[in-house]
Amino acid sequence: MEVRKVLGYVVLIFFALIFIFPFVLVLVSSFKTLPDIQANPVQLWADPEYGGWTLDGIRGLNTESVRIPRWFLNSTVVTVIATLGRVFLASMAGYALAKMSYPGKQILFGLIIVLLAVPGVVLLIPKFLILKQLGLLNTYAGLILPLVFDAFAIFLMKQFFEQLPDELIEAAAIDGASAWQTFSRVMLPLAAPGLIALTILSVQGIWNEFLHPLIAVPGAPELATLPLGLANLRASFGQAQPWNTILAGTLITTIPIAIVFFTFQRYFVQGVAATGVKG
Amino acid sequence: MTTGSGGRVDDPAPAVPVAEAPPIVSEAAPAAAGPFKVRRGTPLKGASGLGWLFSAPAFTGLLVFVAIPIVLTAWVSLRDWSGLVSPFATEYVGFENYNELLFEDGVRRTDLAISIRNNFYYVLFVVPMQTAIAFVLAVILNNKFLKGKGFFRTSYYFPSITSSIAVTLIFLFLFQTSGAINAILPGESINWFDNANGLFHNALGVIGIEDPPVWMIENGFMGVTYWQWIAGPSVAMFAIILLVTWTSIGTFMLIFLAGLQSIPESVEEAAKVDGASTFQTFWHVTIPLMKPTIFFVVTIGLIATWQVFDQIYATNFGGPQKTTLTPAFLTYFQSFTNSEAALGAAIAMLLLLVIMFSTFLQRRFIKSTGER
Repeated sequence: MEVRKVLGYVVLIFFALIFIFPFVLVLVSSFKTLPDIQANPVQLWADPEYGGWTLDGIRGLNTESVRIPRWFLNSTVVTVIATLGRVFLASMAGYALAKMSYPGKQILFGLIIVLLAVPGVVLLIPKFLILKQLGLLNTYAGLILPLVFDAFAIFLMKQFFEQLPDELIEAAAIDGASAWQTFSRVMLPLAAPGLIALTILSVQGIWNEFLHPLIAVPGAPELATLPLGLANLRASFGQAQPWNTILAGTLITTIPIAIVFFTFQRYFVQGVAATGVKG
Repeated sequence: MTTGSGGRVDDPAPAVPVAEAPPIVSEAAPAAAGPFKVRRGTPLKGASGLGWLFSAPAFTGLLVFVAIPIVLTAWVSLRDWSGLVSPFATEYVGFENYNELLFEDGVRRTDLAISIRNNFYYVLFVVPMQTAIAFVLAVILNNKFLKGKGFFRTSYYFPSITSSIAVTLIFLFLFQTSGAINAILPGESINWFDNANGLFHNALGVIGIEDPPVWMIENGFMGVTYWQWIAGPSVAMFAIILLVTWTSIGTFMLIFLAGLQSIPESVEEAAKVDGASTFQTFWHVTIPLMKPTIFFVVTIGLIATWQVFDQIYATNFGGPQKTTLTPAFLTYFQSFTNSEAALGAAIAMLLLLVIMFSTFLQRRFIKSTGER
């Protein structure tokens, strides 16, 4: 029994190292000189012989071709607006699907189920085409708008609203509330756990989104988000890769999501439950 | 979740560590949202106009940016369209694009065949590896006498919420010639992401088989020689396999953990009382009870791995020597770099078929084992 327990810990610690060590190494290497990184790839402190600790990597983050502050701003704007839009529209649609009766509802729900199964890569070309036709290519609107509409978000909110009792709606109606007031003042606050779960999932998904910005702003580096800017970074450097700068860029991309993650960890439960439903 | 963006499933399942995560094994597990009884009904009478008013904004967007694009993909795949002009001004060519991709000798068919070969090996390695490791970690973590559960769960899950591009850059850094991996591993330093040698090819070299039989080089299928088909993933692809496995283990571990926690303790205790050893209990009780979760994880794993894109783009654009080319990347490359958008659309449709087929097979399998 004891042997098994020790063995269990050995396995767990081994994997914890595999998952944590790369991040630590990235953090340290962001503040090393390039020759130091080259000479001591695994060392967790800066070698004074190669110049010791340095802010060279950080300084490289805002140049003509590397525009991390601008991309950070773009990522923030896109994530905030698209998340708010997604949560708002998905709540309304989810509420209607869960609690209202209207012709065509079954068809709409069927559409959601079909769309859930369609992989994003299949839609690249026509999405580009539609953005072009609508004049949204290389604009903020084109970068944000398609991310607002998400079948899974509607599905998730429908699940949450279905669990609220109908009596609340009837009681609100007796008190003279309009349909909009019933939704916004009574039902929406009660669906708060769902709203928070959806918000966090959306923030994470939209912040990390790569495929959509790639086709939405192909000719506008000033509109790139962090993942898009980072992915094209290596190409702009050619042979000599300034790893301290590149790694500092990955850190800056990771930190905001890490903060959201550690702050709202417990709310992700609903996400786990939702994946079960989705499957 | 997408494994990757949206349903693109590098981040297939949005999930996070919480000990008291509800069971997700049952298909209908509802998300808990308060102390109310579940009620399904449509109580708002006379609200049919309102229903449309509430649903219209979201569904209009879905129609424009998701539903219509699916139809458009199918439509342009039947036309002679480069992507540079309006597709409405192009000619209908029937299944010519598909014919070129599947039956005509040439670079297009060869590229598609190579991309399928590469992605097949990628799936073959990633899905079993991520499923097995995630399952083992979940089983160990499910031990109630264990200390530091929260720490381990969080550290395993953290890579899953990190940007796929950021993780790819980190791996490029770790696996470069003068990088940490080469410094830690014994033997000569190699440039992982630049190495096109097949793993099986290398393994055969180790046991002395350097030259493949002539017939395997001179003959082939879809423009790719038999030797290339069986050479295995390239070293570069293997590095991508490791990186994706590393990223996705945490998500699947959480799903397994939720499944394990839904098994009542009494079931396993009863087995022990009946004289079963720990291993027997695990093999004959825990695993059968976990079957639905395992199939769920394998399914979303399959769906996600056939769409691998971000990591391909951020490493070598399909190189070295096309050994990391995948159908998803080929769709993008043909359409946006090669100006053969109709061909790209045809590849996208074929990819959709493969993914739908994987899903279908898995669903069938789940059903038949569920009935047993």
